[in-house]
Amino acid sequence: MSKQPAAVIGVGQTHHRAQRKDVSMAGLCREAIDRALLDADMTLDDIDAIVVGKAPDLFEGVMMPELFLAEALGAAGKPLLRVHTAGSVGGSTAIVASSLVQAGVHKRVLTVAYEKQSESNAMWALSVPVPFNMPVHAGAGGYFAPHVRSYIRRSEAPTHVGAIVAAKDRTNALKNPYAHLREEKTVEQVLASQMLWDPIRYDETCPSSDGACALVIVDEDTARSSANPAWIHGTVMRSEATTAAERDQVNPQASRDAAAALWKQAGITSPIDEIDAAEIYVPFSWFEPMWLESLGFAEEYAGWRLTESGATAMDGRIPVNCSGGVMSSNPIGASGMLRFGEAALQVRGAAGEHQVDGARRALGHAYGGGSQFFAMWVVGSEKPSN
Amino acid sequence: MSRTLSAPVTVAFDYTRSTGPVLGRFLTGLRDGVVVAGRTSDGQVVVPPPEYDPVTHQALEDFVEVSPVGTVTSWTWVPEPVKHQPFDRPFAYVLVTFDGATKPFLHALDVSSPDEVSTGMRVRVRWAEERVGAITDIACLEPLPAGEEAAPVVAPSGAVDPVTGIVVPVSLDYTYAASPEESAFYRGLEQGRIVGQRCPTCNKVYIPPRAACPSDGTPTAEEVELSHTGTVTTFCIVNVPFLGQRITPPYVSAYILLDGADIAVLHLILDCPADEVRMGMRVKAVWKPEDEWGTTIENISHFAPTGEPDADFETYKQHL
Repeated sequence: MSKQPAAVIGVGQTHHRAQRKDVSMAGLCREAIDRALLDADMTLDDIDAIVVGKAPDLFEGVMMPELFLAEALGAAGKPLLRVHTAGSVGGSTAIVASSLVQAGVHKRVLTVAYEKQSESNAMWALSVPVPFNMPVHAGAGGYFAPHVRSYIRRSEAPTHVGAIVAAKDRTNALKNPYAHLREEKTVEQVLASQMLWDPIRYDETCPSSDGACALVIVDEDTARSSANPAWIHGTVMRSEATTAAERDQVNPQASRDAAAALWKQAGITSPIDEIDAAEIYVPFSWFEPMWLESLGFAEEYAGWRLTESGATAMDGRIPVNCSGGVMSSNPIGASGMLRFGEAALQVRGAAGEHQVDGARRALGHAYGGGSQFFAMWVVGSEKPSN
Repeated sequence: MSRTLSAPVTVAFDYTRSTGPVLGRFLTGLRDGVVVAGRTSDGQVVVPPPEYDPVTHQALEDFVEVSPVGTVTSWTWVPEPVKHQPFDRPFAYVLVTFDGATKPFLHALDVSSPDEVSTGMRVRVRWAEERVGAITDIACLEPLPAGEEAAPVVAPSGAVDPVTGIVVPVSLDYTYAASPEESAFYRGLEQGRIVGQRCPTCNKVYIPPRAACPSDGTPTAEEVELSHTGTVTTFCIVNVPFLGQRITPPYVSAYILLDGADIAVLHLILDCPADEVRMGMRVKAVWKPEDEWGTTIENISHFAPTGEPDADFETYKQHL
């Protein structure tokens, strides 16, 4: 039996900030939920099930926050699921929510993902020393920087490519009223910023944000009520081990496999020609060219050429992260769902100032852990034919 | 000797919480010596007030002050208190419905024996001597003295600023246990040896050895003594200081592929300027003095350049 059609008819997000001290965790989630429901012209009473996602509990120090959040999320008397796949969780959560509709289990599912990074310190939480081991870990930047160096060496990319991405994404964020960092950046400014985790500079890293994102995903009947549903054309999740002998950490097998399966599902043979806008999880700027290759937008080691040519700018051949991306807002648990939601906004023609004219198909992408969890979807303005 | 090594780990952090307007209102009340409840759309009066109405789902905005005196509706006796409970002597947890409220509130009741607790008994709040806008401003509940019905008078705090945040220290004590395979590796280090293990299925040599090979799930088995010399595959220079950091930046955190191993290990590079560390650089383990050794990879103080020519890229590119 094939999947039932499903569509996103509501997208909501918070104004992401370094600290949202004006709201509790529940309040942060509700800000995104209420906007998504308003967009979908629904209330919580119309919702059949709720799927919540966030990154590691150590980030806020609340074990199983879905327990205390249940009532605030409107989940009393309804199924409530919590998803966790590290940084990719926002994407995985949206996929779990969509699968409930595609499987015909529920008709109207609300999904929300959040992080309130200001309540703790993610750098600390990701670097807790493990007995017997060498305490050289230094947060996510310390983890990914050696692999960025590997990419630069393998691809022989010029070292300013990371700065091109950072300047583009930060400048794109000026068109997104919800973005955390809204500041025009030049390549020169990025290159002049402090080297934090050599080869990654300060301006080449994502911020630490408080924020949430929510989506309303519905079945075909319900989607008829929407003027501009974003139809789900394909969803894929893949995982692999964090460490294994000779594991490719630059272009992980799970990422390549996920992309291949995604394009097949969505009936796409040439992603660069058939995708009009991509929201790719880029927490450190160099991951744009890395994922462009892994996702099949460019040949291996040619991703940086695409970036350098300007093809990933808003007016380029394959606009990437018109919203400003993770580089401009990073409420970790929500960051993946923001990519998925921004992709939906593009094909609904609802992305406002950062809209890509006439976008018909868009990619939402997230990854997490030590480049070991991948979640992706393709959404389109037309109902899928398959 | 135990088959596996274990060591204590404490994960501790002072988390902050933004209360939001509803819980902030409740905590502001506690600081000022009053119990603030929320009135929900179905007519219930609830302490603490819920952030969102359970029926309409709207943000709760209807607050009422209730009495700090109430009636016990249920209870349980705690004969052997554990760390971080309200008392270090036996006490009762009770559900109390404050006069004016319709839903019960959980707190500790300070009595010395279960004979002194009963459903229906009247109790009152014992305020903390210093109130700061936290749930602990209610030190506990205590039996209402016979003949007293009035609420105990507390001094207003005089403060007007609403409570918007609290600090919640969390400290978790774990015992970290290494697998038998890892334990053998750490015991080898205690003797100045670096002993990896080969996976019987894929033949890759793992360091540390694994209870389950990440590629095929087989425990590594055959011991392989590894060289103390290896190649830097890739690395980063950590310039950023952070909470809990054990090594002062800047330092070079590098993946080192020991000769004979099929996976690189993360370690520290010293004895040369950070900007001279490069991919392919040949390095050797520098051990701490033997009397400082334990069952840890920290027996190796760091890795230092050997001075040999750099390894050819082709020899380690599959490890990037």
